[in-house]
Amino acid sequence: MATLTSNTPESTSPSPAAGLSNALKRKILSLQSYAYLVGDAAGKIFTAPHYPQDVLEQMDAIGFGSIPIIVLTGFFIGGVMVLNTAAQFQRFGETALTGDTVAIALVRELGPTIAGLLVTGRNGSGIASELGSMVVTEQVDAMRALGTDPVRKLVVPRLIATVLVLPLLTAIADFVGLVGGFIVAHFTLGLSSVEFWNRAIQALAFGDLVMGLAKPVVFAIIIATVACYYGLRTRGGTQGVGRATTTAVVVASVAILVSDFFLGKLLLYWFAS
Amino acid sequence: MATKPTNEIAPGEPLIRFEDVSIAFDEGEVLRGISFEVAAGETKVILGESGSGKTVLLKLAAGLLRPQSGRVVVMGHDLTEMGEVELLDFRRRIGFVFQEGALFDSLNVADNVSFRLDEESVPPEEAEPRVREALRFVEMEDAYDKFPDELSGGMRRRVSIARALIDQPPIVYYDSPTGGLDPVTSQTIITLILRLRDLNGVTSLLATHRLQDAFGLANFVFDSQSSRVVPVWEDSDGRHLSATNFLVLRDAQVYFQGETQELLKSGDPYLREFLS
Repeated sequence: MATLTSNTPESTSPSPAAGLSNALKRKILSLQSYAYLVGDAAGKIFTAPHYPQDVLEQMDAIGFGSIPIIVLTGFFIGGVMVLNTAAQFQRFGETALTGDTVAIALVRELGPTIAGLLVTGRNGSGIASELGSMVVTEQVDAMRALGTDPVRKLVVPRLIATVLVLPLLTAIADFVGLVGGFIVAHFTLGLSSVEFWNRAIQALAFGDLVMGLAKPVVFAIIIATVACYYGLRTRGGTQGVGRATTTAVVVASVAILVSDFFLGKLLLYWFAS
Repeated sequence: MATKPTNEIAPGEPLIRFEDVSIAFDEGEVLRGISFEVAAGETKVILGESGSGKTVLLKLAAGLLRPQSGRVVVMGHDLTEMGEVELLDFRRRIGFVFQEGALFDSLNVADNVSFRLDEESVPPEEAEPRVREALRFVEMEDAYDKFPDELSGGMRRRVSIARALIDQPPIVYYDSPTGGLDPVTSQTIITLILRLRDLNGVTSLLATHRLQDAFGLANFVFDSQSSRVVPVWEDSDGRHLSATNFLVLRDAQVYFQGETQELLKSGDPYLREFLS
C-alpha cells in the first residue's frame, strides 16, 4: 500500500504583481485556445466528414428564426434615423438628402451592426448555452467517446450556417430599414417614394455594398466562434452555463463593434484609393 | 450479442495497462503514479470515495483526458502517443457509459442508440434492427421514439448502455452505472453488466462507490443455461470465478489492488472503515 507524502501549504497569498501577471497569462492562453479553435474549425470546413443536415438545421434556427426580430428592428431603426435627421435636413432645405443618408448609414453601418448584435443576442447566447449544457452533462465527452469530433459536428455547422445566413439577414435589415425610413420620411417630410428611393439607390456606391456584405461575414465568424468557444469551455454546472452565455454575448458584441470600426476604416481606405 | 475480436495484442498481454499515470488540474493533483493491468475478459472495479478520481481514471483509459506523465496502453495502442484524430478512430472500439447517461437530448432514443452507426453511414435498413436488438438487450425497446427528457434516470442509463454497445465493443467503461438509482433499478443494471461480462466476454473498468453493486459483480455470475444470475463458487485454488477484481483509490493513489477475498480479509483500518 502506498504511503502518503505530506503537502506543505502555500506560504502567503500571491502579490498584486503576480496576480496581474496570472490574469494576463490566462487571457493570453484564452486567446491562444480561441485562435486554435478558429483555425481547427476553418480547416475542418473543407475536409470530410461533413454534416450537411446539421448545417441546414442551424441555418433554419439562426436564419429563419431571426427574421421577425430583424424585420421589426430594421424597420424601427430606419424610422428612427429619419425622425432624428429630418429636422436637420429641413433646416438646410435639403430634405431630399434623406434617402441618401438613410441608405448609406444603413448599408454601411447600421444594417450589419444591428443585425450582428441581434443575432449575437439571440443565437450567440443560444449556441453558447446549448454547447455549455452539453459540456456539463458530459454529452460532448460522450460524443468524443463515440468517435465523433465535436468541432466537426457542433462548431463547423454553426459557423457555416451563421456565415451564410447573416449577410442575408443584413440585407433584409437594410431593405426593411429603408422601408421604415421611407414611411417616416413620407409622413413627416412629405417625401414621395420616387424622391426617396431613387436617391437611396443612387447614393450607394459599389464600395458601400461590399462593406455592407463583408462586415456580416466577419461578424458571423465572430459570433459563431466566440459562442462555440465559451460554450465548449463551460465549467461548473448550470451557473457555469449562465456565465458562459453572458460572457459569449458580451465578448462577441464588443468584438463586433471593435471590428466594425477597423473594417470600416479599411474598406473606406480601399475604396477611396 | 457477440463482441469483436481483439487481435492487436499478444495472448497473455493485458488489454488495458496504466503505467505510472499522473494527472493534475487547476484544483490540484487528481491521480498520481497509477499503475494497473486488466486482462482480456476481466472486470476491474474501481472503488473510491466521491471525488477520488474514478471518473478521471476512466476518461484517461478512453483517451478523453491526457495524463501529465505515464502511459496508458489499451489494446496495444499507447493512447498518450496518439493525436485526437487517431483517438477518435480508436474510441469506436470502446463503449463508455457515463455517470448520468449523457444521452444527446436533442435526439430521440433510437437516434441516440444509432449515433455511431449513423456516423459510419450504416444504411437505416441495416441500422434499425441493430438498434432494436440493443434496446431489447437493455429492455428498453418500447422507448424507441421517446426523448431522453421523457425517461427516468434508470431508463436513461439503460439507453446509454445500449448506445455504448451498439457496435459490440470488446471493452466497456462504466462510470457509476447505478449512482443515484433505487435498488431494483440498480439490480437490473448490474444484471446487464453481468450478462455482458459472462456471455459476451467484455473487458471492463467499472467505477463505483456503491459497495453492494461492486460485490454483486464479484460474487455473482450470469449463467447462460438458466439465464439467471447465480452466486459464484470458489474453485479449488480458493479464487472466485467471476473474473472481477478490485482497485481502491485514495488520495490520488492506488490504495489497494487485488481479489475480492484479499479486500474483504484486509486488516487495513481505512479499508475496513470503507467497507463497513
